Amino acid sequence: MANQDLKELAGREYKYGFKSDIEADQVPRGLSEDTVRLISAKKNEPAFMLDWRLKAYKHWLGRTEPTWAAVHYPKIDYQNVIYYSAPKAKKKLNSLDEVDPEIRATFDKLGIPLEEQKMLSNVAVDAVFDSVSVATTFRKTLAEAGVIFCSFSDAVKEHPELIEKYLGSVVPYTDNFFATLNSAVFSDGSFCYIPKGVKCPMELSTYFRINAKDTGQFERTLIVADEGAQVSYLEGCTAPMRDENQLHAAVVELVAHDDASIKYSTIQNWYPGDKNGKGGIYNFVTKRGKCAGKRSKISWTQVETGSAITWKYPSCILLGDESVGEFYSVALANHYQQADTGTKMIHIGKNTKSTIISKGISAGHGQNTYRGQVKIAKSAQGARNYSQCDSLLLGDKCGAHTFPYIEVGNTSATLEHEASTSKIGEDQLFYLRQRGLSAEDAVGMIVNGFCKQVFNELPLEFAVEAHKLMNISLEGSVG
Amino acid sequence: MLKITNLHAKVGEKAILKGLSLTVKAGEVHAIMGPNGSGKSTLSYILAGRPGYTVTDGTAEYEGKDLLAMEPEIRAREGVFLAFQYPVEIPGVSNKYFLKAAYNSVRKHRGEPEMDAGAFLKFIKEKAKSVEMDPAFLNRSVNEGFSGGEKKRNEVLQLAVLEPKLALLDETDSGLDIDALKVVAEGVNRMRDPKRAFVVVTHYQRLLDYIVPDHVHVLSGGRIIKSGGKELALELEKRGYGWIEDKVAA
Repeated sequence: MANQDLKELAGREYKYGFKSDIEADQVPRGLSEDTVRLISAKKNEPAFMLDWRLKAYKHWLGRTEPTWAAVHYPKIDYQNVIYYSAPKAKKKLNSLDEVDPEIRATFDKLGIPLEEQKMLSNVAVDAVFDSVSVATTFRKTLAEAGVIFCSFSDAVKEHPELIEKYLGSVVPYTDNFFATLNSAVFSDGSFCYIPKGVKCPMELSTYFRINAKDTGQFERTLIVADEGAQVSYLEGCTAPMRDENQLHAAVVELVAHDDASIKYSTIQNWYPGDKNGKGGIYNFVTKRGKCAGKRSKISWTQVETGSAITWKYPSCILLGDESVGEFYSVALANHYQQADTGTKMIHIGKNTKSTIISKGISAGHGQNTYRGQVKIAKSAQGARNYSQCDSLLLGDKCGAHTFPYIEVGNTSATLEHEASTSKIGEDQLFYLRQRGLSAEDAVGMIVNGFCKQVFNELPLEFAVEAHKLMNISLEGSVG
Repeated sequence: MLKITNLHAKVGEKAILKGLSLTVKAGEVHAIMGPNGSGKSTLSYILAGRPGYTVTDGTAEYEGKDLLAMEPEIRAREGVFLAFQYPVEIPGVSNKYFLKAAYNSVRKHRGEPEMDAGAFLKFIKEKAKSVEMDPAFLNRSVNEGFSGGEKKRNEVLQLAVLEPKLALLDETDSGLDIDALKVVAEGVNRMRDPKRAFVVVTHYQRLLDYIVPDHVHVLSGGRIIKSGGKELALELEKRGYGWIEDKVAA
């Protein structure tokens, strides 16, 4: 690629980088058994929760941080992190109108109005600010349909039996270093339960915002779709621009029973750090769905444009016969961002099917790695997988890497794997510029075209958002 | 409209154009013919501003402005259009989306309001009809999976949509069967206008049976060695390029 066209990446704008001045209730820095007890106490949790947290904490002490991912960062001092930070609430909220005006202003600025009457689209929002959920909209409307959608804290209090049954059932507290840490200290998140035969009447979404300095965000999302239930869930994330790196270690568990389907879409736009690689979020996330029932379906769609480091493998355990797992991903690594992301499709049930479409874009000094595993267990008679991993390079200082792991234990399985790596073509750029498009618009058009297969999977408003986000994230990527 | 004077240019380290001069007036159609490697395509790329092609000497004025100083997209917005010999595929970008973006960037440059999606769709369907293109092509990704003829037809569609002042056709006839050639030539002929000029680069006389030029130039060794009327093309068809080159060398 001629570098007069694709020069060093400069001033990309991160428009969500503002900070809000809100008094916070925080626990002291560092992690100990006392911290875990304190978090649990602050949330008035039942004994089973505290026990679970303590087991996780003890397990965590014996574990070491994984090093197999193709990401590099200075050692994280886990004793220098603040594990719980909540905006100081003056009293218990009875309605959305009582949300702290400053917090409400923050979400307004982010384009997430919390007033239900202002919401144009048919989307219910759970807003998580630092460690706690501050508001959940449309709870009543959803309750009429039998759908439970609330903060994790509320769910622990109001539906302890569901939490006790499903918490850790897909990602056990022993799963991995970051998931174990999350299990010990997670502070809030969203819970969603769709009862038998119910098609959730609206899109559900959680909007995560990190605000306080030096805090880690450890949230947990649990979605259960009972027999024949259907739900589409969206999550979005942003954080202020800060020079220090901040830790985000979330866990998402999905459970789909017989004939249920869960569609989970993410637009991850945590602060990526500046153009020299200073600051940004460390995004170490464990997401996994269990297709427990027959003919169940779990579909992950992610657009990962933010974070200094992304370590994330939304996966599907295809336990039920004829269950379906899907993974559609766009990951962008610009400047000094590092993304190591992909999926695991574990086929256990008969005639299970999975599809993986991964699009990696690298620009500047960005490093983008696809890491994926397709495992066909002995029991998975007639399993099928189709994988497609495409990488697009902008410039010559970035990198794209692909690590597909395939393990087949049943000879009746059908697997297809396609991979491609291309540089954004000088001929494509020139062609578009010759038709009057600026170099920047031309790059945006080519990249959005490259991502189309994945964007098509997003709910409409999210697709528009993703399109815009991609253009903003690429700003300054051409000379 | 276009005045090229003593143009020298190289690709990488290789000198291709060595003192080319050419004047094109509005309303005229000029054919540039010449053997392979004579610099025909280089000339179109230089005029359109393709990166990697360096002008070492000479000038090119377009409507009194220094064409060579403009970015490629500015040239396009000012009305310079290059129909590519090998149109490029842009996967995932629909033809109509691309055309709308291109069309509106030109309108914006002219200070005209952008056309909205509905009006544009109507406009583009008419244009597609005029070049006998199936409207289904408007929804397909730009040139992806198009046959050679379909790609060329798509170029002519873009020409019809963007309505440039100066159209450069680079070997538009290559890879076309006779029927496709006719359609493409008709599309071009419909665009002939007293305010518009064409520079048709071609290796063969065949295209000029359909797009009849006012002037024919023979390009060889990076310079125009002979100019004449349309009859020159017929003579070249009969006698090849050798006799002129010999004459110039002598």
